[in-house]
Order: sequence, then C-alpha cells, then structure tokens
Amino acid sequence: MPGFLRDSLTIAAKDLRSELRTKEALNASVSFSLVILLLFSFAFDPSAEQTREISGGLLWLVFAFAGALILNRSFARELPNDCLDALIASPISGAALFAGKAAANFLLLLAVEAVSLPVFGVFYNIRWWGQFWQLAGVLALGTWAMTVIGTMFSALTVNLRLRELMLPTLVYPVMIPALMSAIQLTTHLVGGEPLGGDVLVWLRLLVAFNVIFTALALSLVETVLVG
Amino acid sequence: MSAIVAQGVSKYYGDYPALRDVSFSVAPGACLAMLGRNGAGKTTLLKILAGLSSPAKGTVTIYGKPPRDGEARRAIGVLGHGIAVYDELSAFENLRLFGELYGLADPRKAAAEWLERTGLERAADGLVREFSRGMRQRLAVARAFLHSPRVLLLDEPFTALDDRAIAVLQTLLRQALADGRTIVMSTHQLREALDLATEVGLINRGRLAFRGERTQAMLDDPGWIYRHYGEA
Repeated sequence: MPGFLRDSLTIAAKDLRSELRTKEALNASVSFSLVILLLFSFAFDPSAEQTREISGGLLWLVFAFAGALILNRSFARELPNDCLDALIASPISGAALFAGKAAANFLLLLAVEAVSLPVFGVFYNIRWWGQFWQLAGVLALGTWAMTVIGTMFSALTVNLRLRELMLPTLVYPVMIPALMSAIQLTTHLVGGEPLGGDVLVWLRLLVAFNVIFTALALSLVETVLVG
Repeated sequence: MSAIVAQGVSKYYGDYPALRDVSFSVAPGACLAMLGRNGAGKTTLLKILAGLSSPAKGTVTIYGKPPRDGEARRAIGVLGHGIAVYDELSAFENLRLFGELYGLADPRKAAAEWLERTGLERAADGLVREFSRGMRQRLAVARAFLHSPRVLLLDEPFTALDDRAIAVLQTLLRQALADGRTIVMSTHQLREALDLATEVGLINRGRLAFRGERTQAMLDDPGWIYRHYGEA
C-alpha cells in the first residue's frame, strides 16, 4: 500500500477509534442536530410547498451547525499530552495527516446526517428518498466541502484560546459557495426531481470547490502545522 | 559527518528573541546536556532540532538532512514536556500506532517488546487514561525509543518522573549511548544530566554562552557552569 494512503488510514482509524470510545463529539453533534430540527419544527408551520422550498437550506444549516462540533474536535483532540507534536515529529507528511483526519471527520459527519435526515423527514412530513442515490451523492459532495474546509481551519485554529468561536467564524464564510450549491441541489432532489438542466451548474460549482480546496489544503497544511 | 549541526539559528516570538545566532554541532554517539534557566531558549532549540518549529534565521541538519526531511524524522526520537500518548487508546494501541507511523516492519512486535522493556506488559490492554502517572511516563519513554532513533531529543527528561521511570530512562539512555546513538537533552537536573553527558552547553537569554566537554570539575560542582557563564 502506498505510504500516503497507509499513513492516512492509520490516522483515520486512530481518530475514529478515539471518538467511538468517548463519543464526545458524535453525541454532542447528533443531539444538537435533533434539537435544532425540533426547534425549527415548532418555530415554523409551513405548507407542503413552502417546506419543499426551504428543505435544502434547513437541512444544510443543521448539518453545518452540528458539523462544527465534530470539526472543532479534529485537531483539538491532539492537544492533551502534546500528541500533535508527536504526530508532526513523526515521518508522516502533513498531507497524510490532513487526509486521515479529513476522512475520519467525513465519516463522522455522514453518521450525523444519516440520523438527522430521517428525523427531518418525519418532522416535516417530507418523502426525501425519491431521488435517493443522487441525494446521497450531493450529501457526500457537500459534506466533503464542509470537511475539507473545517479540517483545515481546525488545524489553523488549534492553538487559539477561542478556537470554538473562531472555527465557525472562519469556516462558514469560506463555505458559502459550497453551501449555496448543496442547498440548491438538495432542495431540487428532496422535491423528487432528478438533477438536470440549469441545476447542473450548482453541481459543477460544488465539484470545483471540492477539487480546489482539497488541493489547497493538502499543499498548505504542512506550513500551517509547522510554520 | 556530524549527527546534528545548527548554524546561526535565531527564533523570535513577536519581537522577543528566543534564540540568537546559535551555532553548534554534535558528533555521532555524543550526549549534549543543554543547560539554562527557565525561558533561556532550550525548549525552542529542541523544537527546532526536532522539526516542530522553523527558525527565523539559520539552518539545522540531522545527519546532513533538514529536520522536516522524512529520513531525518525517522532518525529522531522526541521526548518533550507532554507524554504524547493518547488517553483513549490502550498502551499497546499507542505504541502500535507510532510503530505504524514510523514505518516499522512489525509494529505489533515492537510495541510488545517495548512494553516489556518498560515494565508495562501486564498493562498492555489498559487504557492510558486509567494509568498512574509513573506508568504514563514509562509509556512516553517507550514511545520515544520505539523506532530505535539515531538521535534522541529530550526536553527535561527527568522532570516529574517517579523513581522507577528515572531508573528505566537512565538505563535506556546508557544503552543508547553504548549503541552509538546521539542525545541532546535540556535539563535543570544537573546531576542526572551531567552524569550521562559527554558535552555541555549553556544557553543564556537565547545565546549559546558556553559549549564544551563535560569535565570532572562539573561533576564535582554542578553549579560551577552557572557561576562562570550564567547571567549575573
């Protein structure tokens, strides 16, 4: 197995094992997403048509808010006992470290979404699975966008005293193009229509965002970690 | 070839000069005790040698390679202020993880071997968060030595260690020196350090104020170097 892939998998497995033992970020994120969905369902009483129109925005706001709790922990979990120094001093590249952490975050965020989505369907009486596989693809692309930006800024803010505040403050503005794309595509798919026509522009924007920011993160993370 | 070469190394935290034009080299198999008061710049120097921080000016090489080079990183073992092991993983899982990251041929075997050498074999499957302080420190020592590094960088290695951990560390360091490994340690504990050291350096306000061989006079009177070269 190539060194980069092997090192990334080692880091991802370590992060997932640590998180599944403590469930600190996962429990907090799932609970938070369910509470937001519940509060939104009390706050608004939309018609079926209005619900369909806001479904994408509502879902991605929930994912973004709940996801910040997981992304915040990504590099912060390395701070106790100075574990981050040990990782940086080891022979793995910064890119492999980033890729491993991003992979673990991606899976954790998908787990939160897998719980939130059916609950969303129940609360808002929406049959969201009409275009299941296309929706799954859009969720994966949007989640990767959130992961790559969140993991990068988690590395950047890890030594800041107010990192819990700084991370969402930095991440959300940068994510606007990806969030807009994911919202438009999700609204379309939850409405039961397949992707096509003008909507594909949003898909292209989302893919381009992921490619550009993944490449940027992989090339800059070493500088971010060591200076 | 020198094991470690630092040439004109400077480092600033904002306007504060943590290191100023520090130059020295360490021969393979030598043990350099880097002394200095709190805030003198010892930890900053060790971080730069370990590739954990970049110098503002100057260069560092480990066996001719920059510290961030993969080969140099494989050659370095670091024992810093923190124990650098994960509380949520078992002792065995921690050592296996670092064995995998350092590309050891058989990380499981290396982990089991080092747990035995540090007297932790019966606690191999216990989570680190349940360990006593002494056990955690011995695990940290095992983690630093796991990949048989040619260069050991130790930041205050004897501080806060219990008696058993000190004994384990001293034995391992003597063995490392006998095997021809190079050691740089920063310390306040002069007797333990000078007992092992072949060379001594003193950092004073970011400058290398003294660098020379360890002498019998230093062993007889460990405070001598501070009186002659330390700040007034």
